[in-house]
Amino acid sequence: MLLSIDGVSRTYTDSDSTVHAVDDVSLQVAAGEFVAVQGASGSGKSTLLLMAGGLLKPDSGHVQVNGQDPYCLKPDARAEFRAQNIGFVFQQFHLVPYLSVLDNILAPALAVSEPETRARARALQLIEQFGLSDRQQHVPAKLSSGERQRAAMARALLNEPKLILADEPTGNLDHNNADTLLGYLSDFATAGGAVLLVTHDDRAVACAQRVVHLQNGRIAEPVVNAVSSRR
Amino acid sequence: MTVWRLAIREIRHRKLSFLMGVISVTTAVACLVGAQTLLRADRVITEHVLQVKQTEVESAIAAKEESVKQAGAELEDAMRKHMKGLGFNILIIPKEQSRSEMLLNGMTATMPESYVDKLGQSRIVTINHLLPSVSQRVQWPEHEREVILIGTRGEVPIQHRGLKKPLLEEVSAGKMVVGYEIQTELDLKVGDTVTFQKQEFTISEVHPERGSTDDVTVWINLKQAQEMLGMQNLINAILALECDCAGDRISAIRAEIEAILPGTQVIEKFSQALARAEARAKAKETAETALTQEKESSQAMLLREEQGRNQLEQQHAVFAAVLVPLVLAGSAVTIFLLALANTRQRTEEIGILCAIGLQTRQIILVFLSKAAVIGIMGGLFGIGLGYWIGWSLGGLSGNSLDWQLLFAAGDLLTTIVAAPFLALAITGIASWVPALLAAQRDPAVVLQGG
Ligand SMILES: Nc1ncnc2c1ncn2[C@@H]1O[C@H](COP(=O)(O)OP(=O)(O)OP(=O)(O)O)[C@@H](O)[C@H]1O
Ligand SMILES: [Mg+2]
Repeated sequence: MLLSIDGVSRTYTDSDSTVHAVDDVSLQVAAGEFVAVQGASGSGKSTLLLMAGGLLKPDSGHVQVNGQDPYCLKPDARAEFRAQNIGFVFQQFHLVPYLSVLDNILAPALAVSEPETRARARALQLIEQFGLSDRQQHVPAKLSSGERQRAAMARALLNEPKLILADEPTGNLDHNNADTLLGYLSDFATAGGAVLLVTHDDRAVACAQRVVHLQNGRIAEPVVNAVSSRR
Repeated sequence: MTVWRLAIREIRHRKLSFLMGVISVTTAVACLVGAQTLLRADRVITEHVLQVKQTEVESAIAAKEESVKQAGAELEDAMRKHMKGLGFNILIIPKEQSRSEMLLNGMTATMPESYVDKLGQSRIVTINHLLPSVSQRVQWPEHEREVILIGTRGEVPIQHRGLKKPLLEEVSAGKMVVGYEIQTELDLKVGDTVTFQKQEFTISEVHPERGSTDDVTVWINLKQAQEMLGMQNLINAILALECDCAGDRISAIRAEIEAILPGTQVIEKFSQALARAEARAKAKETAETALTQEKESSQAMLLREEQGRNQLEQQHAVFAAVLVPLVLAGSAVTIFLLALANTRQRTEEIGILCAIGLQTRQIILVFLSKAAVIGIMGGLFGIGLGYWIGWSLGGLSGNSLDWQLLFAAGDLLTTIVAAPFLALAITGIASWVPALLAAQRDPAVVLQGG
């Protein structure tokens, strides 16, 4: 199992209120699998995704990515682990505003020890693949939303991760661009990677092999979409 | 892709924030270097000014000294001339000669003529130009009038000194020199022949009016006078000229003559020459006093100048001591605030860099690289600006002073060399905390919005 989430909970405690953002959620994503988590706004999707990505330590429960619990690692090792195993795609793209498309895509190479030339060759290949060839020297502000999300997607793929975590990646895209992106995610899964997509978008859900519904931080009911699921 | 490239891209992207950082470092370094240059320029100019003033004063004093010396030489020369014109001022007479008697009736006591030779052969130093004389108030029967008859011979040389140019020509036998009154009353002129007590004399010289007994005096050869008066080998007095000696002259003269000629006494005749000499001596003394005063006042002037310059330097130093740390602190705070604002602005970017796996030290390095660029650029600009400001304000631009003097002491050079490191340290320290804060920021908070 590439991603294994086992009974994780996360509570946000403010001075006056306590929010159980994620409450005892378990979820597995195998290699080659495209899983969508669907839920209303505030249901805890982003919280769950960050915990899965080694960016937010659960209050309880365990996470394993590629057989390794990232929260057992020291911060620097965890960062490197993320760089090697996980690609992120966000609704807000989160591109570095002053770097060109090429440099943005190359940024994850900073986190791994790999010859610059190899990273560069792969970046150019991804640019080609995602149709950004004539945009590679542009800064994000000069790109369309679709181009930005494709650039973000290319960045997520630079270090050839096993797992892609996508948080509402189509939220800022029109239909065509959304379809294109979802196509790329499907391709990644088809090629043997694991995809965990969190969204409230039904069309995005339609691309997934399996959908998990999240309601108030808890999994509501398992829905089988295409392939058989293992609970 | 490197962290360095990331930092440079960011600088190019947010030029204003970078520029403000550079300006604030430039200000700090310019202030430091400017103050140092100014203080050093103060010192150089002080040294220069004092040296110029010193030279001026010295040459002025030298000129004054030269003129005093010349005045002294002129005085000496003038004294000689006046002495010659107005006669002798030391009178050596026999001890038994009563002064009242002498003043009322003229010389009465006598002493041997050999005294003058004795004096001449002595090693006397306090007097000059020995002139033996006889002097009597006598009747000039041929003209039925009284005159003072003085017999003199040529000056007796003082052996150990060699003969000086005599002040008076000898009145040779058969010749007569007459005073003004006699000359006018008897209507005499040089070359006339007169008869005095049945002896014939030729007038060899007539004196101009002197307003003294000289005007009723006739001078003839000593020997003839002695015979005429029945005073063979006797004299009434020896006239002499005192030396131009310092100190209590008359007692020195008395002591010396007393030792050589015990049977004599010495009278100092008041003479106009003496008065003039005294006046001149006084003038010389005044000139010398003026010179000393000049020396003292110029010394005081130099001291005042130096004190003034020192005061100025001190004021500048105090000003710098207050201003420089203030500006340094101000810049450090500005850089800190700029860096803090920068990290806030970059929250999203830091979050994503963390998410994609950059390590804490790499994030810190991104910020410190930027701080280094700001520090070095600000440091270099600051040196240039500060040096220029110090040079202009220090008043060196107007002077033809060698700029290398500024670096002679080495402290300015040290400051300039150290300035970029200082700038680097300031920006580094001021940026350190914001960089740490940036690296500690939880990426989850930023990324959750997606
Ligand atoms: N840092 C936080 N501090 C306090 N409460 C938080 C924090 N982050 C999220 N929450 C709360 O936790 C709950 C789950 O938030 P989360 O962002 O995971 O929801 P979501 O499903 O991603 O929503 P959306 O679809 O709007 O993105 C929400 O009620 C939210 O208000
Ligand atoms: Mg969300």
